[in-house]
Amino acid sequence: MNFVGIVLISHSSKIVEGIKELIRQVITDVPIEIAGGTENNEIGTSIDKIAKAIQDADQGKGVLLFYDIGSAKMNAEMAVELAETDVKLVDAPLVEGAYMAAVESGMGKSLGEIYKAMKEEF
Amino acid sequence: MELTVQDSIYWIKFANERIQSEKEYLTSLDQAIGDSDHGINMARGFQQSVNKISDGSYVHVSDVFKDVAMTMMSKVGGASGPLYGTAFLRLSSAVKEKNPLDHKVFVEGLEDALNGIKQRGKANKGEKTMVDVWEPVVTLLNKNNEVTAEEIVNTAKEAMEHTKKLVATKGRASYFKEKSIGHIDPGSASSFYLFESLAKVWKSGGQA
Ligand SMILES: [Mg+2]
Repeated sequence: MNFVGIVLISHSSKIVEGIKELIRQVITDVPIEIAGGTENNEIGTSIDKIAKAIQDADQGKGVLLFYDIGSAKMNAEMAVELAETDVKLVDAPLVEGAYMAAVESGMGKSLGEIYKAMKEEF
Repeated sequence: MELTVQDSIYWIKFANERIQSEKEYLTSLDQAIGDSDHGINMARGFQQSVNKISDGSYVHVSDVFKDVAMTMMSKVGGASGPLYGTAFLRLSSAVKEKNPLDHKVFVEGLEDALNGIKQRGKANKGEKTMVDVWEPVVTLLNKNNEVTAEEIVNTAKEAMEHTKKLVATKGRASYFKEKSIGHIDPGSASSFYLFESLAKVWKSGGQA
């Protein structure tokens, strides 16, 4: 079974590694990719990392992006514009939003359904 | 004035030289109201842009700007990456397949770039961002093609200094609220160097 993928974007790789760990405790089959830090793993975000994470998280059902602050959103928006897959950027708290989306995706919901649920919740 | 491929390369080279020498200063501005990465990020982005465009042989100015845009996007870690990246990408698309660029085409390109920055950053004038420098400079250039290099420098400089008085509502500086008053916005400072460098090319009348 294919699932909607999730990409976690943060200025710090430790933040997204931690969130992924948190989600993996409960949801094991949904693809979760992280894009934390810059190319040199400094604090910041990288459009290339985000683009790669989107590709890796896509199983054909689309991908939802979650971000932390500032440039993360701008870089995510650029990645969405450049992406060839079905991608949506979600304006939600990073931890709670990603957790909820992973649960929804695990139930087999579509990108549109999860996105709508996110909008209602946050 | 006209802008040739060679001019556009010099523009970026001059800007890079300026940014390299002001790296610490840009960082100190960002230290006051941000995350202290502006100097390092801009220095990295411009240096790599110069490396990239120095190797290439270009037929169109738009391809120079496109390479700058792509480098900025992938090499700059902070918000300045997507912002400067978007600016140069818009500029590149606006002046596609032309060489040299006449005044009108170039200024229209800069206007597109400004709009790109505003959309990407969701910022307008008066929010203590690079828009506060870009907008007055574009307005000045739009007025006529007799603009002097001095006018460009003065306009950009005044605009940059004016950001001192503003409260930041965008980016990392916005968390500082009223505390952001009294500091020059780092992005407006790097934008000042960019236009100061353009003025340098301008002065040489396309003979940079
Ligand atoms: Mg910064």
